[in-house]
Amino acid sequence: MSIRAEHEIHQRRKGRNIGVGLMLAAFVVLILALTFVKITSGDFEMPRIEEGQ
Amino acid sequence: MTDVSFQNQAQEAEASLGDYFALMKPRVMQLVVFTAVVGLLAAPVGVHPVIAFASILFVAIGAGASGALNMWWDSDIDGVMRRTAKRPIPAGKVTPDEAKVLGFALSGMSVMMLALSANLLAAFLLAFTIFFYLVIYSMWLKRSTPQNIVIGGAAGAFPPVIGWVIATGSMTIEPWLMFALIFMWTPPHFWALALFMKSDYDDAGVPMLTVTHGRTSTRKHILVYTVPLVILAVGTAFTSIGGPIYLATALVLNALFLKGAYDIWSRTEAQAEADEYKVEKSFFRLSLWYLFLHFGAILIEALLPATWGIWT
Repeated sequence: MSIRAEHEIHQRRKGRNIGVGLMLAAFVVLILALTFVKITSGDFEMPRIEEGQ
Repeated sequence: MTDVSFQNQAQEAEASLGDYFALMKPRVMQLVVFTAVVGLLAAPVGVHPVIAFASILFVAIGAGASGALNMWWDSDIDGVMRRTAKRPIPAGKVTPDEAKVLGFALSGMSVMMLALSANLLAAFLLAFTIFFYLVIYSMWLKRSTPQNIVIGGAAGAFPPVIGWVIATGSMTIEPWLMFALIFMWTPPHFWALALFMKSDYDDAGVPMLTVTHGRTSTRKHILVYTVPLVILAVGTAFTSIGGPIYLATALVLNALFLKGAYDIWSRTEAQAEADEYKVEKSFFRLSLWYLFLHFGAILIEALLPATWGIWT
């Protein structure tokens, strides 16, 4: 009996990997959006460089 | 090991993404998200939509993480109880260790991310909620005292406070009214469930009130705890998070809730068995609507442009 190339377990694993990949991509987009909002909001200040340094 | 046995073993061991998601108690997460959103929008300070979305998402992930940790800790009794036997761990889809790792990893991630997106106080409250649910409720109270869900209910009551703190960065009395509403609502809600989930808690050895004090006493407790809940829920109408819409909603819901609690108290176990716990089941369903509509009314009051009369 030959081993089936695409077993149900492979489909499940593939689905899980795609799901994790999409979640990571969404997380990156969210962090990007958060960063953009934080640095463009009025109360954001760059750290000041001390004089004499 | 043959190919076939290896294949079968792998099939049993590998969970799908949905199984991991189920570990996070999605229905509890819905309630957490809803009440946290209400807390955030009821606050007198506006939040940028992206920051609000991200912060609520991290609160949801934190709540889900505590759900996974609860399932890890309770996997032994979950398998015994009919209501929880199909959860991913007792069903053999996810191992307890996987749930533990997922729970701790997501807990750490959600708390850190909430500190970055909102503020440290909100992050601290989220961390405390996770700690409370895992250590105080799951590990300590649940198996040791019939007051388990009375005190443990605090864990589910924190989300509106966190939502408020995300917006304001500080604490006032209003979010604690929302906290108190969920806190006082939890015991009658769960005791009604314990009444009609008859043998579950007995089988698992969880000292629910029905097991330790009997069913008649549980019925009395439901009524006794409902009275202060009703006073609190109606009284909230006259605070800054209340208003006329909230008052109308609270009056109707609390009249129904009080009547339900009275009906439960006034009937015997034999009567309940005869109609298959009809009154207890309808009280439980009402309790879900009760919380949802109270918070819905707070949300509507928050979104209305102006207040009037005694609420100005």
